[in-house]
Amino acid sequence: MNADVQLSLKAEDAAIGPVRAMIAVFARDVRVAFRQRQDLLNPLLFFTMVVTLFPLGVSPEVAFLKQSGAGILWVAALLSVLLSLDHLFRHDFDDGTLEQLMLQPQPLFLLVLAKTMAHWMLTGLPLVLLTPVLGLMLHLDGNSVATLCLTLLIGTPVLSLVGAIGAALTLGLRSAGVLLSLLIIPLYIPVLIFGTGTVAAAAEGSPVAGYLALMGAFLFLALTLAPFAAAAALRISLSNS
Amino acid sequence: MPEPLLQAVSLECERDSRLLFQNLSFSILPGTVTRVEGPNGSGKTTLLRILAGLNDAWSGELHWCGKPREQNRESYLRNMLYLGHRPGIKPLLTPLENLRALMAGRRPVSDEVLLQALAGTGLSGFEHVACRNLSAGQQRRVALARLLIADEPLWLLDEVFTAIDAAGVEAIEALLQQRAAEGGAVIVTTHHDLQLPGMKFITLGAGENDEC
Amino acid sequence: MWQFFHKLGSPKWFYGIATRFMPWLLASGLLLLVAGIVWGLAFAPKDYLQGNSYRIIFIHVPAAFLAQSIYIMMAFSAVVTLVWRMKLADVFVKAVAPVGLVFTFLSLFTGAVWGKPTWGTWWVWDARLTSMLILLFLYGGVIALDRAINDEKSAARAVAVLVLVGVVNIPIIKYSVDWWNTLHQPATFKLTEKPSMAVEMWVPLVLAILGLYLLFGWLACLRMKTEILIREQRTRWVRDLVLAGGK
Repeated sequence: MNADVQLSLKAEDAAIGPVRAMIAVFARDVRVAFRQRQDLLNPLLFFTMVVTLFPLGVSPEVAFLKQSGAGILWVAALLSVLLSLDHLFRHDFDDGTLEQLMLQPQPLFLLVLAKTMAHWMLTGLPLVLLTPVLGLMLHLDGNSVATLCLTLLIGTPVLSLVGAIGAALTLGLRSAGVLLSLLIIPLYIPVLIFGTGTVAAAAEGSPVAGYLALMGAFLFLALTLAPFAAAAALRISLSNS
Repeated sequence: MPEPLLQAVSLECERDSRLLFQNLSFSILPGTVTRVEGPNGSGKTTLLRILAGLNDAWSGELHWCGKPREQNRESYLRNMLYLGHRPGIKPLLTPLENLRALMAGRRPVSDEVLLQALAGTGLSGFEHVACRNLSAGQQRRVALARLLIADEPLWLLDEVFTAIDAAGVEAIEALLQQRAAEGGAVIVTTHHDLQLPGMKFITLGAGENDEC
Repeated sequence: MWQFFHKLGSPKWFYGIATRFMPWLLASGLLLLVAGIVWGLAFAPKDYLQGNSYRIIFIHVPAAFLAQSIYIMMAFSAVVTLVWRMKLADVFVKAVAPVGLVFTFLSLFTGAVWGKPTWGTWWVWDARLTSMLILLFLYGGVIALDRAINDEKSAARAVAVLVLVGVVNIPIIKYSVDWWNTLHQPATFKLTEKPSMAVEMWVPLVLAILGLYLLFGWLACLRMKTEILIREQRTRWVRDLVLAGGK
């Protein structure tokens, strides 16, 4: 190809832009995930099973389920996302594609953002889509289910973004999964509180736009800060490997 | 004397409270192949990862074309190719998809070129087979296909000869020499008995570090 | 100024300075703390609503103060670790995180003890107690991560990232928990939040807080010195120090 061309240092303009690089990372992650579809189902099964535990373990009474349904679904969704986070960087780390990703001449935080968005689309979004069915089983009324789905739609990306920091920090450590939960659960509390609080407000008939806006602010904050922290954490973890 | 591509000034790296090397200085001139030598655990891989920019836990100075590397990270990454001993290949993707993903953030390359490169490493007929169905040597060849399309002047290769047969080893040796002849530079670690004319050495371990 | 900063980064220099200041920190801290607590427990007037049970604030409030400010101090230190890679900043975070955990636990414990006569139960999901419980989790995470990573430089940098992420979250957590609390609970007594505290009450409280800060300074120095000795064990100055019998 360039056998007899004298090598020269490459100029900046021959490069691929960050947006195209992000799309490529996103597309690759989605493609890999669809080659192993079982892994996509696992968080959904887990989500459903955790929800099932509450009527069995606490009470199947309609009144209890109506009152606690939103909280149960939020906690179950949070745990499902947490469970799937271990895979976010782990496989790429093991097969060496993560280090090649980090050596792309692109801002790392954008590539991390692309990976996190793929993670959300493959885990968070299906959870949101499954929620109406489970909401029905917990006797939530239509209004509550709609609000719940909306809060999960805004909230689960925050879970993925914040979780990415934990996944990056614990990459390559023994018992990374448990450690990841210990680090990340306290940081999930605000989203959980406002997620369930918004549904409770909706059930009382209070306006929820303000709360949703606040959750949107959480999402915005996570979008702008979390990729930087996760990228920094990845550099540290890779340095140590 | 030509300007060195990469220059290291008193590198020092400590890992798990063990000093791997200190006061390590060397210059990598264009047109050279350099081999990093040393016993197991002397920090060969760590040195290569530091040079690649994957390991930040070091002190000292690294200059890329006379400028501090840390301030020119993107330009450095664009001109450097690193192959680690993890091949960087997704087992669930095909060789072609893997190459596409590896080149995606670097520069536009047509599928035709990628297929040619795969053919060049003896993977014709395997382009569309998931990599997990390939042998270890074949998987490594997918990674090595990048050498055939690489226009980066600096190559950092960590144990690239692992799981490669004799004919493959010869082909890689030829590629290294060709890169050097074109004015590039190659730094390798290997347990394979690599002998190339005019090869330089960086020796690690055994207490003292040679300058070269 | 820069020279001072540079010196501050040298573990050896810090070791010497700390050795000189520690007795003063210990003496003044003990003096203030004992004075504050004795005054508070024995001589301050009874609270007209809560009687004598309020007196636990002379331990609870200083512990809670420390628990929160140690995390803030760790955050400043984390910035120094990440930006200037100063060894002492790493040492500080590692040395004081367990202290922060203990103070957080102490404030939770005293809060629970106070809750028994006041609310009639050991634990109430009160906004302050809940926030402190989450702070305890944050400290736990920091310590767990530090223990999990072998290489101490990597550990220090990873912990620094975690502490900074935590410190950004603390106000958000605090705000959310307060909001959650108003949603679920009628207003009750707020521990420490007295609209007008008598001078006889707050002077001993301030003394106890100052005393505990000074004692914390002493403890931090002590723990940092130990950590420095472990990290610098291969250097000449530590060897000389040990040979000289630790003087």
